[in-house]
Amino acid sequence: MGAGHAHPLYLDRAGRVHRLAAEVKIVAVLLFTIVVVLTPPTSFWAFLGYFVLLAAVSVAAAIPPLWLLKRATIELPFVLLAVALPFLGHGERVDWLGMSLSIEGLHGAWNIFAKGTLGVLASLMLAATTTMRDLILGLDRLRVPSVFTQIATFMLRYIDVLADDARRMRIARLSRGYDPRFLWQVKAFAVGVGSLFLRSYERGERVYLAMVSRGYTGRLPHVARDRAPAGQWAVSAALPIVSAGIAIAAAVLA
Amino acid sequence: MIDVATPALKVSRLHYAYPDGRAALRGVDLTIAPGERVALLGPNGAGKTTLVLHLNGILHGGGGTVEVSGLPVTPADRAAIAEIRRRVGIVFQDPDDQLFMPTVAEDVAFGPANAGVRGQELDDRVDEALAAVGMSEHRDHVPHHLSFGQRRRVAVATVLAMRPEILVLDEPSSNLDPASRRELAEILESLPVTVLMVTHDLPYALELCPRSVILDTGRIVADGDTAALLSDRELMRGHRLELPFGFDPVAAAASRRP
Repeated sequence: MGAGHAHPLYLDRAGRVHRLAAEVKIVAVLLFTIVVVLTPPTSFWAFLGYFVLLAAVSVAAAIPPLWLLKRATIELPFVLLAVALPFLGHGERVDWLGMSLSIEGLHGAWNIFAKGTLGVLASLMLAATTTMRDLILGLDRLRVPSVFTQIATFMLRYIDVLADDARRMRIARLSRGYDPRFLWQVKAFAVGVGSLFLRSYERGERVYLAMVSRGYTGRLPHVARDRAPAGQWAVSAALPIVSAGIAIAAAVLA
Repeated sequence: MIDVATPALKVSRLHYAYPDGRAALRGVDLTIAPGERVALLGPNGAGKTTLVLHLNGILHGGGGTVEVSGLPVTPADRAAIAEIRRRVGIVFQDPDDQLFMPTVAEDVAFGPANAGVRGQELDDRVDEALAAVGMSEHRDHVPHHLSFGQRRRVAVATVLAMRPEILVLDEPSSNLDPASRRELAEILESLPVTVLMVTHDLPYALELCPRSVILDTGRIVADGDTAALLSDRELMRGHRLELPFGFDPVAAAASRRP
């Protein structure tokens, strides 16, 4: 399923990582993230190892580093919070460039920054190499309750339709001289959101009617549950296993 | 096999009132032979959509009977109603309502999968239905990225995949540009199924359906040759049906494509 994807997080390449089954990648990223989170913040070498590991994966997946870094800026608002920690932290303090910084706070900030960045990069790589559709199918094969995957399926299908609706309504508002510059003008926008909700609600009814007409009985038919070949599991297991190895090595050497 | 004498659709004395008590259908009788293409005409609020939703048992309970190729629509019987919904394929007006799966192929597979078709046979059904509407190369596309006309054709395919005995189309030509309109007409003409087409588009009805019925205030008020009905000015005006400016149904019927 490669055709017609306009999703900003997906990078349409024919790399090795792209060809892996989605569930395999989801599990690998999840385990990797758990290993990262469990690593004590003072094992600096371990974090360096993780970054090198992710860099190797991105090379294998043919994802340009700049592309990845641009999208990683989503993390910034969360990291900004971490900047405050060294100033507000308690305990032993060091002086640096005339500022008094808490060591405990510095460790806290580093903890948030390093783990957050690694998590964001790993998720971005998963998103870059897997289409939304395949992600949902992967979750389905991992036996995530079908209620969740069904909701995600519908969201995936109708989010663009909704966005189009919203865009048309906005153009119609602007065409009638609406120029939102002040907070009190937000009313028209709020009413627009309300009517968008009503439209979606009514569409939901019509979609359901069309589904019932095609024999829907409350359960989406199951797509073929092809199991991912063991080879793929073995390849993707490299990520969590190597990261766990790094964590253990760092703990032993320290 | 279907007995030749069994009508594809037989509606008898069908009544229905909305929950607020307003009567929508007041005794509709309609019989369609297998292979016929019939246009269902009528002004807004005549009860056309209400009638359509009775054909596969979504609406019921007002009295009267509906039979599809001899099988009565009995909403209480789940197995029978599943078979009815396979036999009656409804294509709704807005293709975005009909196409809800992430890819075209999955959407076309939805109906037959509900009917228990699996594996290779399911794939064959999907290929066959998409080929019938000329959309095979868009198999793995996202519905949202197709043009409106293409989405309507896929919507027709989602229903064809169920191998229906009667294809019911709600306003098939609405919002289509003239080229898409013609393409859809060619597809509909090529299909070997019984067609009931609900429409306001009278030239389209004339082009595709030799027979028309007019529904107004919940009753069938006229039933006959499409060109003859459209030429009856009194009848047309009496039921708020209007031909486009300058359109002459007799001349149009005479110039029909061979």
